[in-house]
Amino acid sequence: MADFIDTDFYHTEEFLSEEERLVRDVARRFVDEEFLPRVQQCFREGSFPMELVPRLAELGFLGVTVPTEYGGAGMSSVVYGLISQELERGDSGLRSFASVQSSLVMYPILTFGSEEQKKFWLPRLARAEAIGCFGLTEPDFGSNPGGMITRARRENGGYLLNGTKRWITNGSISDVAVVWAKLEEDGRDVIRGFLVEKEREGFTRQNIDGKFSFRASVTSEMIFEDCWIPEDNLLPKSGGLKSPLMCLTQARYGISWGAIGAAIACYECAVDYAQNRKMFSRPIGGYQLVQAKLVTMLTEITKAQLLAYRLGRLKDAGKMRPDQVSMAKMNNVSTALHTTRLARDILGGNGITDEYPVIRHLLNLETVNTYEGTEDIHRLTLGRYITGLSAFE
Amino acid sequence: MKVLVTVKRVPDPETTIRVKSDGSGIETDNIKYVINPFDEIALEEALRIKEKLGAGEVVLVSIGDSVVTEQLRTGLAMGADRAILVGCDQDLDSLAVARILAKIVEDEGPQLVLMGKQAIDDDANQAGQMLAALLGWPQATFASEVVLSDDQQAVKVTREVDGGLETIGFALPGIITSDLRLNEPRYASLPGIMKARKKEIKEVAAADLDADMSPRLTINSLEPPTQKEAGKKVETVEELIGLLHDEAKVI
Ligand SMILES: Cc1cc2nc3c(=O)[nH]c(=O)nc-3n(C[C@H](O)[C@H](O)[C@H](O)COP(=O)(O)OP(=O)(O)OC[C@H]3O[C@@H](n4cnc5c(N)ncnc54)[C@H](O)[C@@H]3O)c2cc1C
Ligand SMILES: Cc1cc2nc3c(=O)[nH]c(=O)nc-3n(C[C@H](O)[C@H](O)[C@H](O)COP(=O)(O)OP(=O)(O)OC[C@H]3O[C@@H](n4cnc5c(N)ncnc54)[C@H](O)[C@@H]3O)c2cc1C
Repeated sequence: MADFIDTDFYHTEEFLSEEERLVRDVARRFVDEEFLPRVQQCFREGSFPMELVPRLAELGFLGVTVPTEYGGAGMSSVVYGLISQELERGDSGLRSFASVQSSLVMYPILTFGSEEQKKFWLPRLARAEAIGCFGLTEPDFGSNPGGMITRARRENGGYLLNGTKRWITNGSISDVAVVWAKLEEDGRDVIRGFLVEKEREGFTRQNIDGKFSFRASVTSEMIFEDCWIPEDNLLPKSGGLKSPLMCLTQARYGISWGAIGAAIACYECAVDYAQNRKMFSRPIGGYQLVQAKLVTMLTEITKAQLLAYRLGRLKDAGKMRPDQVSMAKMNNVSTALHTTRLARDILGGNGITDEYPVIRHLLNLETVNTYEGTEDIHRLTLGRYITGLSAFE
Repeated sequence: MKVLVTVKRVPDPETTIRVKSDGSGIETDNIKYVINPFDEIALEEALRIKEKLGAGEVVLVSIGDSVVTEQLRTGLAMGADRAILVGCDQDLDSLAVARILAKIVEDEGPQLVLMGKQAIDDDANQAGQMLAALLGWPQATFASEVVLSDDQQAVKVTREVDGGLETIGFALPGIITSDLRLNEPRYASLPGIMKARKKEIKEVAAADLDADMSPRLTINSLEPPTQKEAGKKVETVEELIGLLHDEAKVI
């Protein structure tokens, strides 16, 4: 029997610099010591551990790649990926919190914001003095955000927002929302990004209850009814659907690392269980069917690690393309989901209780496979890349 | 106040250690290395002293080949100001380590040396004591609390001794070795890791220090501990008493 559980079968550790390993270890320790002892309770209650938010900020996990002059850590995308992986080894909800703040709120402000917006918001978001959210999806427009009906109209030297955003992570606990809406410019509709502070009149939000997935994460609906915001709240450099999609590319990149973390947590649990659980005459790990499952899990984890690592280096070299992110997000999340399902199987009846992390990760990954572009939407994106023919419409 | 903290690179206590089949050492493939946990506690204490005083310098020292920069960099990321790497690729026993450290202390002139009470790899628990003897400095080992006097000239140290706590005091300079309960070390943050990039790691060669490194100790062989037998569950108190009496023969 192996006496340790190897989840780095191809020694990807050797690809990492000393500093990258150090950051990874810090994130790992934070998750083990501070997050995992709370997660069962959070998932049961359906709450996010808000008391850890200042710790996420202190450790530098919010805005990892944002330049230090704006309060970020100014580190590489590989570092951001490694942190995502470790946070999601804890829970997809924890990783999502950091993803949304970093990739979906700080990134658009950094990329499309004015100097004043950057100076005001980025340091506050990095220190978690402000929490942000990203409102793109609407009740009737998920996979096809370009069809959104939320509108901004020019009025009184500012904009009047009307519409509904749904499925918004951290929506009801955020201090500022990055909201995507159509604005008429020269006779045609252009999607623009707007910053909406929680105090704005005509802006209401509520939690979405009854979730079986992402229970340790806040998911909300946000309604804008004649909500007026000043001119300065427009993200001046945003323009077209491409802008929110650029944000999603950043977040999806992190997700392709994160999913590996969830898969590793389940794999480790399943190996340990299979070595110790005796059924019929011996440990179930000695049976061919169980071994086959474990082999599939380790193989998929190893492949996912190689994809994520290579994608990270491409990103840091400025050579990453969105299609490549689609492949990693699609593959790494769907294989992680498969891995968690196999782990659940191996745990038998124990696989359905929250005494083990497996069912929680499995339920979470059902969301991860859907949000930020469903598995099939990424498949179609890649299909279009290969054939030059769009299968969306 | 300048505090010197020793940092040893040791296998992660969480990794499974396997002894080589010929007993000459341990298998080093696939082993993760960390700062000796007691040294980490010593470093945390040094950082707290500096933070409390609002001034001072925390200097790390490690002896080994270039791989120990990894542990020094971690210590710098936790908040130490600079580090000294004493380059040496031979195995050293506690006395040789203490002799090298004595040279570094002479050179650096710290008011306080904070060390781990022992390293978790060889568990020798001697370097601190030997260093104190070589320097002729007072020492407080197994510290669970360190209180610096207001004038920063003396310390009061609570020590974990058999059966209780002992509090001793001495005038600085001196040596303190940390026990487990002294504090809970912080971990490095990303901003700390970024700052550590620019901090100095000065390299000196052990051979240039004019310290006697000749071994007084040789390791003949290593053996893994015998496997513990699995425990057993008993149904009743009577059965337990019976087993304690007849099998374990303890009552
Ligand atoms: C917990 C959670 C958190 C979320 N957080 C955020 C957030 O912070 N911000 C935000 O804006 N959104 C968020 N979302 C929304 C998420 O991005 C959407 O759910 C996702 O884009 C899918 O949209 P939909 O749910 O409307 O599904 P639909 O678009 O209705 O898709 C339903 C199914 O149809 C398939 N499908 C759709 N179109 C095609 C086609 N052309 N060909 C083939 N199949 C197709 C899809 O693959 C899918 O299987 C979150 C969702 C969840 C569950
Ligand atoms: C909600 C719930 C309700 C239940 N209700 C009842 C009930 O009313 N009455 C009742 O009696 N029981 C009940 N059960 C128990 C259920 O029938 C057992 O969970 C089931 O038989 C599996 O047993 P196990 O959980 O011990 O898993 P194990 O037997 O330990 O199996 C673990 C894994 O090992 C695999 N495995 C085991 N042996 C082999 C082998 N030889 N070769 C290859 N693979 C092997 C299994 O396929 C599984 O993947 C319930 C369970 C649940 C979760």
